[in-house]
Amino acid sequence: MATPFALLKTSLVKKYWMSLTGIFLITFLIVHLLGNLALLGSNDGNEAQIAFNEYTKFMTTFPLIKIVSYVLYFSILFHAIDGLMLVAQNKKARPVKYAHNKPEKNSIWASRNMGLLGTVILIFIVTHMGSFWFKYKFTEMPIDPMGNKDMYSIVVLSFKELWYVLLYVVSMAALAFHLYHGFSSAFQTLGVNHPKYTPVIKKVGYAFSIIVPAAFAAIPLVIYFSN
Amino acid sequence: MNLTIKVWRQDGPSDKGKMVDYKLTDISPDQSFLEMMDVLNNQIIEEGGEPIAFDHDCREGICGMCSMYINGEAHGPGRGVTTCQLHMRSFNDGDTIYVEPWRAKAFPVIKDLVVDRTSFDRIIASGGYVSVNTGAAQDANALPVNKDDADAAFDAATCIGCGACVATCKNSSAMLFVSAKVSQLSLLPQGKVEAHDRVLNMVKQMDEEGFGNCTNTGACEVECPKGISLENIARMNREFMFASLTNK
Ligand code: HEM
Ligand code: SF4
Ligand code: FES
Repeated sequence: MATPFALLKTSLVKKYWMSLTGIFLITFLIVHLLGNLALLGSNDGNEAQIAFNEYTKFMTTFPLIKIVSYVLYFSILFHAIDGLMLVAQNKKARPVKYAHNKPEKNSIWASRNMGLLGTVILIFIVTHMGSFWFKYKFTEMPIDPMGNKDMYSIVVLSFKELWYVLLYVVSMAALAFHLYHGFSSAFQTLGVNHPKYTPVIKKVGYAFSIIVPAAFAAIPLVIYFSN
Repeated sequence: MNLTIKVWRQDGPSDKGKMVDYKLTDISPDQSFLEMMDVLNNQIIEEGGEPIAFDHDCREGICGMCSMYINGEAHGPGRGVTTCQLHMRSFNDGDTIYVEPWRAKAFPVIKDLVVDRTSFDRIIASGGYVSVNTGAAQDANALPVNKDDADAAFDAATCIGCGACVATCKNSSAMLFVSAKVSQLSLLPQGKVEAHDRVLNMVKQMDEEGFGNCTNTGACEVECPKGISLENIARMNREFMFASLTNK
């Protein structure tokens, strides 16, 4: 049997990995969003602060989640490198461009700009990891009333900065477009295309690609605009 | 109809090439696009110029030769048609029409609008056949074939190898063509026997020819004159996965 990695030079295998890592990242988005929603709780008696910091501690220390987080780092890196390699190869496949081209007649914009959208998301992920993940893991953190590292205050402070909120919202728009095409595309790549299921997958994908990024983007907006 | 035609002119494979403008008058809306090109060539010859080289053969939508990228779309604005099936009534008096060759690394230009599509032939030669003689047509019901499979195989077999899918794909991917050629055989009993080797070899050859990778934009399905479905690409994705995971 040829191993999946040995075959990585094949176009289809590269795509299988894009799809599998993409689907994994999608499931991660759900978990991440549910955690973030804790930020929106009322914080009169520090409930939101304590809940969010507990959640952060759990996510960074619970062994099973630690393993999953390594799979996650790997997936993001792999998805980005593999994706950009595919983009470069695809550019090479058409050395002379059309003088006059109307791609909008036969395909949606997002499907033709996955590399660009992914790059915006990548820039966001790097900034995002720098301002939260890196700080949490490698710098001195403030402590909350329960003695946990106070991620809550760090996040809320960042969300009071206009540039950060703007970057966040633009990136979530990019994510929305990325998934508007990517969600159902990932199934097609794995060979799942059936008259019964594909229309459902597409609808779920469209809904997911709008609701999830919008919910992510709503959090910094709410925090920015609340006193 | 009076038209301005902008055509890609290129003397040979190594020539740089450029778009050249031509004026045409009194074109009938009932003429086919290729007839319009014939009129244009007559005009060029009368003016002492070199006629535009373009591929064509059947002029009825079955040979797949008439590769032209017209006004930003493979085979022009029509759906389910080749260039030879496109009529001038699809355009308006006074229009400017761009005519370019298929653009892909794997389809190098030979001259003007003529491209070299032997990369498709090499993909077929790598596995798009059944190795043994399967004899004359079988008695009906001698070889049971599910009706859905027979229909899907037949649909896939209507691919004429025109290359519009590659030309229109932003990645110059040949997935629609190759998946049609894989499907038409692998769905039927005679073709199933070699299905694994076939898909592995044909995809390998496709990659070697320098076609791009599929991003599932779906442009190929829209522009394909024969309406070959993306379901074929999904089927090939499945078959390739099983074949590479289980082959010894
Ligand atoms: C949370 C973040 C992300 C998620 C959930 C995600 C999800 C997906 C999904 C589901 C696909 C479709 C796969 C397929 O068609 O089989 C995809 C494709 C793609 N992604 Fe991402 N992605 C993310 C981040 C990124 C990043 C950071 C990049 C970096 C450049 C990127 C680049 C690409 C590219 C280029 C494709 C197209 C691949 C192709 O079809 O050839 N993505 N993504
Ligand atoms: S799949 Fe359609 S567009 Fe592609 S070569 Fe076959 S007939 Fe032409
Ligand atoms: S000339 Fe044969 S398909 Fe157009």
